[in-house]
Amino acid sequence: MKKTYRINNIDCPNCAAKIESRIKKLEGVLSCEINFLSQRLTLETEADDQSKIIEEAVRISRKVEPDCEIV
Amino acid sequence: MKLALDKKQKRSLRNIIIAALLFAAGFALRLIPGSAAMIVSSCVFAAAYIVVGLEILIKAFHGIIAGELLDENFLMSIASLGAFILGDFAEGVAVMLFYQVGELFQSCAVSSSRKSISGLLELRADHANLEQNGEIVNVDPEKVNVGDIIVIHPGEKIPLDCAIIEGSTSVDTSALTGESLPRYAGVGDMLLGGCVNREGNVRARVEKPFGESTAAKILDLVENSSAKKSKSENFITKFARVYTPAVVVAALLIAVIPPFIFGFDSFPKWIFQGLSFLVISCPCALVISVPLAFFGGIGRASRQGILVKGGSYIETLANLETVVFDKTGTLTRGNFKVTEIHPEGIDEHELIKIAAAAESASSHPIAKSIIEACREKCGDEAWYDVKYITEVAGNGVTCMYNGETIAVGNRRLMKMLGIERDNKFEIPQTVGTVIHVAETSGQSDGGKHTISRYLGYIVISDEIKENSADALTELRACGIKRLTMLTGDSKAVADAVSKKLGLDEYYAELLPDGKVEKLEELLKAKSAGSTLAFVGDGLNDAPVLSLADVGIAMGGIGSDAAIEAADVVLMDDNPMKIAYAIKSARSVIKISRQNIIFAIGVKALILVCGVFGIVNMWLAVFADVGVAVLAILNSMRAGKVKQNSK
Repeated sequence: MKKTYRINNIDCPNCAAKIESRIKKLEGVLSCEINFLSQRLTLETEADDQSKIIEEAVRISRKVEPDCEIV
Repeated sequence: MKLALDKKQKRSLRNIIIAALLFAAGFALRLIPGSAAMIVSSCVFAAAYIVVGLEILIKAFHGIIAGELLDENFLMSIASLGAFILGDFAEGVAVMLFYQVGELFQSCAVSSSRKSISGLLELRADHANLEQNGEIVNVDPEKVNVGDIIVIHPGEKIPLDCAIIEGSTSVDTSALTGESLPRYAGVGDMLLGGCVNREGNVRARVEKPFGESTAAKILDLVENSSAKKSKSENFITKFARVYTPAVVVAALLIAVIPPFIFGFDSFPKWIFQGLSFLVISCPCALVISVPLAFFGGIGRASRQGILVKGGSYIETLANLETVVFDKTGTLTRGNFKVTEIHPEGIDEHELIKIAAAAESASSHPIAKSIIEACREKCGDEAWYDVKYITEVAGNGVTCMYNGETIAVGNRRLMKMLGIERDNKFEIPQTVGTVIHVAETSGQSDGGKHTISRYLGYIVISDEIKENSADALTELRACGIKRLTMLTGDSKAVADAVSKKLGLDEYYAELLPDGKVEKLEELLKAKSAGSTLAFVGDGLNDAPVLSLADVGIAMGGIGSDAAIEAADVVLMDDNPMKIAYAIKSARSVIKISRQNIIFAIGVKALILVCGVFGIVNMWLAVFADVGVAVLAILNSMRAGKVKQNSK
């Protein structure tokens, strides 16, 4: 399933790229793209339920950018 | 640039101001002789450092815990703390202070350009006046269903794509097309969400749900346009990946190797060189300036009614050498009108009636014009007894009408059916599409149709758009070398249009797959590194649009097919916009190149200085923040609309 989220408070494109490459490595993730300028995260997963993966993604992005939010 | 700072930015600005004041005070105190003043000055510097740097230090600490060793917070902390330890308090503060200035500036630039995009696309109306059980209710446009009736008052933004069922008005479409001339709309006309109703009260039936409206599609397209990354954007992302580690390694080497050569007493000096070098370790400014230029360029284009689907097409547009046009609807209005009727042996009314009956199932503009002419001449009389309408792709149609087999189409169709005529269907001195009508019956031995009666021909003409010629002149001025036209129309028409507009060449009488073939030839013929654009109306040239390096669809407003098939969509059908798009694309490319060369150049220079031991922190801070600010300012130019650009 493919879904787009809004990712807030992400300050630098380099961090966005880091977060993106790490989310891609998560199990069950088919593709992930973070568009830094439009603040969007597009996530494609095998399973229809993305809540677990999003939780994980939030954890990853907090590591790189502490005040980052995914809505 | 209008600045509205968010909370985070305000806090950061406040810290910067306090720290800057303390920083200045620290310098002032240094001027007072005596060790007491020296100590106070150091304390003031330390205070400044904490104000401006604490946040970075905390972030760096978090980074270490999370295993993020090479992030820029960590590197900045090392550089500035190192300076403190070596006793260079002022430098330590300066690093943090200017780093924060750079970050703030960058964050403002990003939010301002984000805002410019969303501002431009203020297409979303916040409410719709829905008719419900005879009452008008104010609802969220997302809650309105297809088929619902809404009322739009003068001055209101049209909330959804809908068709007028009562009333008439004029509509300001400038938010969608960049075109300021209002458009008249009456009963039956489509209104697009995002346009503004200027005059009348209208009732309209909703045709598309909110999420599928043209405005929503455009918003989506522009917001996601940065997804298709250009080469320069990709280069810069890759560059960033190796940049930070490379700088760290270089810094280490500068700190460690020279002491072995020059003696160990020079150790502190070289450590300081290494630390200075760390200051330039953050690639963010560079990384942001390039996509910012592309984003700005795409935003500027959209404000002019030019939708570009991604950064990579900006690059393609900038390198155009060949532009191939479709004729109908692109260079000409696509507004066909029957201009001549030449019956042979039958009544004029009868001829047009037969032709209209045969074309009654087609939505082709030529067919529509024949049907229109029939309505004008014979009224709304129903066509009776039309059967077996068969389309002969690109050539015409055959059908059964009143029990007779009728063929309506071009010369090729007539030949295909073996219909003979004395003058061989050459009709000179006619600029327009000639549609022949013949009655065929029975078959000869060879399986060919034999003619029983040639009934005459109808001439349909199209007007050249008034700005086509100017548009082509503009394109030549932009350095486009080859201007070509492909058309399914007859040679005579193509020749006339081509001569009038001064095209380099044309290929006429092409069937849809013939267009694809010709385009492939043209793609091969262009010189290496240059690109080719195909400009069409997006209606039946989708394969050619996608085959070209960049497919430009015109007059795409409201046409989903065009928005989907093309890489660039011109929202109104003004061909002048092509040259404008090329110019904007070139300025974006120029700006991003300038930034790449300038930023990498300055940093390389610092590296060389570092090797010779002549870098100090001030220089490094300039190389980092100064370059960032200059590069971002340069990028912001890409989003500015120049006056008199039309």
